[in-house]
Amino acid sequence: MSETTKGDWPLYEVFVRGKRGLNHVHVGSLRAADDHMALTHARDLYTRRNEGVSIWAVRSDTIAASTPGEKDPFFAPSGDKDPFFAPSGDKVYRHPTFYDIPDDVPHI
Amino acid sequence: MSDEDLYVDHDNSRWAFGTGFTDPLHGVDQAVPDGVDAGDLAACCLALGDDALVSAQRLAEWCTRAPELEEELALANIGLDLLGQARLLYARTGRADGTGRGEDAYAYFRDPAGFRNVRLAELPGGDFAFTVARLLVLSTWRLALFEELTGAPDPVLAGIAAKSVKELAYHRHYAAGWTVRLGDGTEESRARLESALRDIAPWLDELLTDRTTARLGLTPAAVADRTLASLTEVFGRAGLEPAEVMPPGPASMPRVPGSGRNADHTEHLAPLLAELQSVARAHPDAAW
Amino acid sequence: MNTPAATGAPPETRGLESAFEDTIARDQRVEPRDWMPEGYRKTLVRQIAQHAHSEIIGMQPEGEWITRAPSLRRKAILFAKVQDEAGHGLYLYSAAETLGADRSDMTERLIEGRQKYSSIFNYPTRTFADVGVIGWFVDGAAICNQVPLCRSSYGPYGRAMVRVCKEESFHQRQGYELLLTMMRGTDAQRAMVQDAVNRWWWPSLMMFGPPDDNSPNSARSMAWKIKRHTNDQLRQRFVDMTVPQAEKLGVTLPDPELRRNEERGHHDFGSPDWAELQRVISGDGPCNAERIARRRAAHEEGAWVREAATAHAAKQAARTREGAAA
Repeated sequence: MSETTKGDWPLYEVFVRGKRGLNHVHVGSLRAADDHMALTHARDLYTRRNEGVSIWAVRSDTIAASTPGEKDPFFAPSGDKDPFFAPSGDKVYRHPTFYDIPDDVPHI
Repeated sequence: MSDEDLYVDHDNSRWAFGTGFTDPLHGVDQAVPDGVDAGDLAACCLALGDDALVSAQRLAEWCTRAPELEEELALANIGLDLLGQARLLYARTGRADGTGRGEDAYAYFRDPAGFRNVRLAELPGGDFAFTVARLLVLSTWRLALFEELTGAPDPVLAGIAAKSVKELAYHRHYAAGWTVRLGDGTEESRARLESALRDIAPWLDELLTDRTTARLGLTPAAVADRTLASLTEVFGRAGLEPAEVMPPGPASMPRVPGSGRNADHTEHLAPLLAELQSVARAHPDAAW
Repeated sequence: MNTPAATGAPPETRGLESAFEDTIARDQRVEPRDWMPEGYRKTLVRQIAQHAHSEIIGMQPEGEWITRAPSLRRKAILFAKVQDEAGHGLYLYSAAETLGADRSDMTERLIEGRQKYSSIFNYPTRTFADVGVIGWFVDGAAICNQVPLCRSSYGPYGRAMVRVCKEESFHQRQGYELLLTMMRGTDAQRAMVQDAVNRWWWPSLMMFGPPDDNSPNSARSMAWKIKRHTNDQLRQRFVDMTVPQAEKLGVTLPDPELRRNEERGHHDFGSPDWAELQRVISGDGPCNAERIARRRAAHEEGAWVREAATAHAAKQAARTREGAAA
């Protein structure tokens, strides 16, 4: 799935723990040159709205998966760091209810 | 299940400050405490707000031009953090200087001579290496400065600083990561990084000798020491000789006289502000 | 369930094919490692790639205004919105990559003009009111298109669309709120809003694609449940949704044929200039060349950065190996 050609960055799968007490859940993938970059990219891409308290980023080509149906892959955790999750709690303008629309405007 | 159930978000609890406010300091006791000189506090907040706004504007210029889509997200996140810091600091300025002006009065209706940002922030964009190097220097310095300010005698400014420190730690983390990658990467990336650092070096002294927070009883020397130590550590990881690219110590350092803190700006600030302010000034009576 | 690709399947895939059709028929999701007909995979890659490209190119018309937004609040909103679009592009490229498509290959196709993106982004943004109208019309149209796609038969696409739709509800609201505020402002602002509405209305209707009787791929996509509604159905839904919003806002939609048809329970409306849509799609719109040129420049000027990161990662890996061997 992640052949590295032409100096392209490899593919990483990203798993986010939404809040304490929940499992990490697969949220998608991204490209990064190294693990450190994968984690910072994952933070910027998948937790812009404070969606998580911890991230795993795993090289896609290291995941062993059952075939052909989808079963939970087994993977190893990498670091999850606190300061990652502090900043975006105040970006209220990302949230639709931040915008004051009169109640009688339909379908918005 | 209806289509809408799939995407409508019923959990609003994670929106830390609720929704709908317009005054970023709403609900905070904004009285200037006894023993704090309101004029000094206003000057400090204004200067630090200007640093943040001008930096955010330069980062916004990268939009749709970043070297990879993931960097598009990262640069925008940092720009948004800084814009948020500017808004909080302007709100505090308006209270401390007694005028009650809102954030937009400071951002849109002052001329270049009224701005107090450090000049490094206003230099034109350059390439990605310059952006990374400037971000490393500015975020390292600002992080050290804001760590000091978490103990500021004004609790509102201390609170803004405490919030900003978390953001700045991430900015520095991002910039340090790229400094190491560019320094260690290819011949081209190393050459571009070294060139960027040489361009930045003459503007470093202005940061290290900045006495903005001294008026509030804090110690700028500690900020300067921490900034240099932190930069040296990153340069080491990037395989750079700090002395080659950014000679340590005020004596040997090339420096451009003057300071943005005294409105000695470069010729680059006026066009930056002309763009930033163009729509607001074309419609001074408008509401947005 | 009879899909076009079912005919003539080689014997060894017939069991797989019927399992696939069964999945679709039961409204279950197809997942990346499942067997799927080649036509299904190709159709999805094409649609998802176009969708991703639209998000990325779509950053440009609004992104132009971030540095000029007339208040710090609007600046933050617009910055966050355009950033979201980059994020949405990435969610979608990520979904396409689960089908074996490669992002750099898709990017090449985009900048060489071999893959399309939404025609709407080839129109210029002339005033700050355009930011509001794009939020209201273009994001409103996108929501009409995308909400049903949350139930797309391909799992990763549906899940990407759930994230996108959640985030885009803010996009439409911020646009409409900006317009409401401007309509309460000066005469010049009201004129700007009406002018922007006039310019964006017809291109917005064209976003839903050609009429159904001229939309060759629709039937197959519907059968595979990649698409859930036809272009004309979605266009009608958008018009019905937008007309009352325009009334509340106090602007006129530039279509003399637009009126409520009580019998149908829908609005009748005029026909967009389909020849114009053809021109814009085939590369001849007002901004096609500059949109692609900007994307190409960013990609090419970023090459040394991407290479540096790759080189550093390789050196790091080598150092780790040497460290382990020593």
